[in-house]
Amino acid sequence: MADLRVNFAGIQAPNPFWLASAPPTNSGYQVQRAFEAGWGGAVWKTLGDPVINTSSRFAAMHFNGQRVAGFNNIELITDRPLEVNLKEIYETKKRFPNHAVIASLMVEPKQEKWHEIVKKVEAAGVDGLELNFGCPHGMAERGMGAASGQVPELVEKQTRWAKEAANTPVIVKLTPNITDITATAWAAVQGGADAISMINTINSLAGVDLDSWNTVPNVAGKGAHGGYCGPAVKPIALNMVAECARNPEINIPISGIGGISNWKDAAEFILMGAGSVQVCTAAMHHGFSIVEDMIDGLNNYLDDKQLASVEELIGRTVPRYSDWGNLDLNYKIVASINKDTCINCNKCHIACEDTAHQCIDMLTSPDGNKYLQVREEDCVGCNLCSIVCPVDGAIDMIEIPNGPPMTWNERQTAIEQPIA
Amino acid sequence: MHMNRMKDRSVSLTDLTKNFLEIEPDLTAKEALDEANRCLYCYDAPCITACPTSINIPSFIKKIASGNLKGSAKVIMEANPVGASCARVCPTEELCEGACVLNNASQPIMIGNLQRHATNWAIHNNAQLFKAGMKNGKSVAIIGGGPAGLSSARELARLGFDVTIFEAKEKAGGLDTHGIVSFRLPQRVSMWEVEQVESLGVMIRTNVMVGRDIEPDEILNTYDAVVLAVGMANVPLVGMEGETVQGVYDAIEFVESTKTPPMDTHLIGKKVVVIGAGNTAIDAATCSVRLGAADVKMLYRRTEAEMTAYEFEYEFAKQEGVEFRWLTQPVGIIQNDEGEVTGVKCIRMELEAADESGRRRPMPVKGSEFTVEADAVIRAIGQTRYVRLIEAFGLTHKWGTVKVDSNTYQTSNKKVYAAGDVIFGDGQGDAMVVSAAEQGKQTAYSIYEQLVGSGMAQTS
Ligand SMILES: Cc1cc2nc3c(=O)[nH]c(=O)nc-3n(C[C@H](O)[C@H](O)[C@H](O)COP(=O)(O)OP(=O)(O)OC[C@H]3O[C@@H](n4cnc5c(N)ncnc54)[C@H](O)[C@@H]3O)c2cc1C
Ligand SMILES: Cc1cc2nc3c(=O)[nH]c(=O)nc-3n(C[C@H](O)[C@H](O)[C@H](O)COP(=O)(O)O)c2cc1C
Ligand code: SF4
Repeated sequence: MADLRVNFAGIQAPNPFWLASAPPTNSGYQVQRAFEAGWGGAVWKTLGDPVINTSSRFAAMHFNGQRVAGFNNIELITDRPLEVNLKEIYETKKRFPNHAVIASLMVEPKQEKWHEIVKKVEAAGVDGLELNFGCPHGMAERGMGAASGQVPELVEKQTRWAKEAANTPVIVKLTPNITDITATAWAAVQGGADAISMINTINSLAGVDLDSWNTVPNVAGKGAHGGYCGPAVKPIALNMVAECARNPEINIPISGIGGISNWKDAAEFILMGAGSVQVCTAAMHHGFSIVEDMIDGLNNYLDDKQLASVEELIGRTVPRYSDWGNLDLNYKIVASINKDTCINCNKCHIACEDTAHQCIDMLTSPDGNKYLQVREEDCVGCNLCSIVCPVDGAIDMIEIPNGPPMTWNERQTAIEQPIA
Repeated sequence: MHMNRMKDRSVSLTDLTKNFLEIEPDLTAKEALDEANRCLYCYDAPCITACPTSINIPSFIKKIASGNLKGSAKVIMEANPVGASCARVCPTEELCEGACVLNNASQPIMIGNLQRHATNWAIHNNAQLFKAGMKNGKSVAIIGGGPAGLSSARELARLGFDVTIFEAKEKAGGLDTHGIVSFRLPQRVSMWEVEQVESLGVMIRTNVMVGRDIEPDEILNTYDAVVLAVGMANVPLVGMEGETVQGVYDAIEFVESTKTPPMDTHLIGKKVVVIGAGNTAIDAATCSVRLGAADVKMLYRRTEAEMTAYEFEYEFAKQEGVEFRWLTQPVGIIQNDEGEVTGVKCIRMELEAADESGRRRPMPVKGSEFTVEADAVIRAIGQTRYVRLIEAFGLTHKWGTVKVDSNTYQTSNKKVYAAGDVIFGDGQGDAMVVSAAEQGKQTAYSIYEQLVGSGMAQTS
């Protein structure tokens, strides 16, 4: 049994699995149910000046029979009165003093507005604050959320305003709708943030109904862009976390969010530098009980790796993430097809033949059996065949010796050097 | 059982042991992952309710999908100490899989096979899943090391009791070890479950038959509580002429002889007649086929409609080439001068009109005697009871079915609890491994409550 407790920028929690600010954390009833189910923390549904939400809010992207590969929403921040939320935060914290309750905040970019709300939620007993500079729709049209999160100066300024009033740690939640996430992350650091979290949702339109020609979702026949999340966004989120984690100037803890559905996803974010993870879509798809396997699975994994605590896992892969120019150009892998495991669907052949480097031959043995074979000398080691292969262990990518390491950067330096 | 997944159905006459290897293959890793991802992870899932041991099925399947096989095996074995055996022998069509909501939408999830996949992981990785609890100073004797006894012992050990199992046979496991055909349940699976229980410090005294090697009184005086889990006994006599001669077998002993090599070769090419049409009769018949018998017939005095075997068992037997003779009552064994069985004298039956209970009694048709050729005959018309032992413990019973309080599993002697087949019948439960396991668990919790304290038993 490993120790799953985390101390995230001074916020203590029994485990790194937190609910992200979203419908699952809309009320005290829900957050308390979540804590009972095992969640270690919850970022309350974003508080601010009350809004009106639309009816018809969500849509999903189903992929080949699997439901909710991606999830899309046009919901705004909380539509419940601030006083009610504060009362429930207070009650929740009282019942669960050891769980992390974090208030997500979004107000107009005015100093006094930030001071006012920070004081109010801290009085209710929260363990930390998360500044929502991320929601890509609706609020952004009013100059909040992603609209301020896309402008580094606004991120810095508002973070500073929140910090001026705050006694608890301040987490800045970043929008992915930006070219370089490290620019806004750096701005948050400049503003004095204690931590950053990412990602909020990505601008999206889930679909178009081919019968009615309405957008999906639509509100009385009209649509507007929403925010995308769920399993499909995981690689985007993971990269953004990793880019921040490996940047020496962004030296504050990161809470990883985006497409986390199970302990494995969580462990990947943690390896990539996340000190806690937040989940929304997976909980919305399956209910709070999914956290049980997140805890159990991570525990068994840490035991297997002989790590005594989850803290020991944080960031272990970060040093292995670098720039393209530092990759070894002489490293060579080639595909190797295991005839005993191969089921002869020929998908690798046609993938390579039509869209890669034409090096998988379809052959027939003397006894009439069809088989596939890689011409190693032509294989560039792109992985495509092993990606399309439906069977585990049928295609291995194997390393072959190919001279001493040489990166692009080393190569360029060598070329520039005058020959002595 | 999934007939479409059985790969090699052929019977080898040169190597009979081959015929007794598991006929439904393990799920491949890909099959397991695909199937696990097909599970909807229902809330308040009906499969959980349908499982007598209430395994949290969506949870263990989700753990297969997430790659947490240890956690998955633990969820299964926690609820069901013989969960690896049950994965193979439970009539899942009637239980969990029958309740799966996907029955109405596509195909039910292969819960049994996924359960097998997860427990296989635990078996292959030699995983120790549970720990014995802090000793509470009390001791319990369990009589019978079958599913009910093992399950009770496992939970009692986790609750801190000193547990001794008395088992008449050389190996524990009960019918899982000795009675269920190897091609559905290999003995090693049952023995792994026995080892899991032993690893919690439970003492299993094999080759000790209570009533013969040790007196009930001694046990009653030595232990703080006793769990009677002796199951049922041999097959009763049919009541036909000459049925005690050589060449007429008891179905349970017959199946038991196929559980450990070497295999008996003397049925190769022979004609076998099985009397009865329950699940045990089917097992005896399919074992005969797999021992190389050329012709296997089942005789039943009622019709297909009244047979008690599960649908899938019946289907399987038909596919194995077993023939059924309905409305046929055996009345005597025919022998030749050498004393070998050559046939069964039978009489044709007909069903009377239904009585008020709705049952139609079979009655012999006068003058309809005929002979069915046979080289061997297997009796499979149910099981008798250990009445002598039950009476030696002074327990109230009805035709050998021990009476228990349906909440506490206490018998008429408050110190003695009973679980499994020994309480089956007379409206109490089912004769299934999974029910025996659940009842065993419940005796443990009940003993804890009576001897240690009230409130929910906490196990580690
Ligand atoms: C041929 C056959 C096939 C079956 N197939 C299935 C199936 O596919 N699926 C299913 O769910 N169920 C099946 N069953 C039923 C299932 O096996 C039983 O319901 C289950 O084993 C009952 O468990 P138990 O622990 O009560 O008894 P048992 O498994 O009978 O175990 C009782 C144990 O007590 C021991 N014992 C008896 N007397 C004494 C004594 N005096 N002293 C010490 N030890 C003693 C015995 O040796 C035995 O080990 C089958 C039964 C038979 C006979
Ligand atoms: C319906 C919905 C409402 C959301 N509302 C908020 C919000 O009020 N504040 C916020 O910071 N993020 C909000 N989010 C974004 C989530 O907190 C989270 O960043 C995002 O969903 C990615 O995580 P996931 O892939 O686990 O869903 C919302 C997401 C959804 C799906
Ligand atoms: S989940 Fe369904 S029932 Fe519940 S609020 Fe949404 S639309 Fe209504």
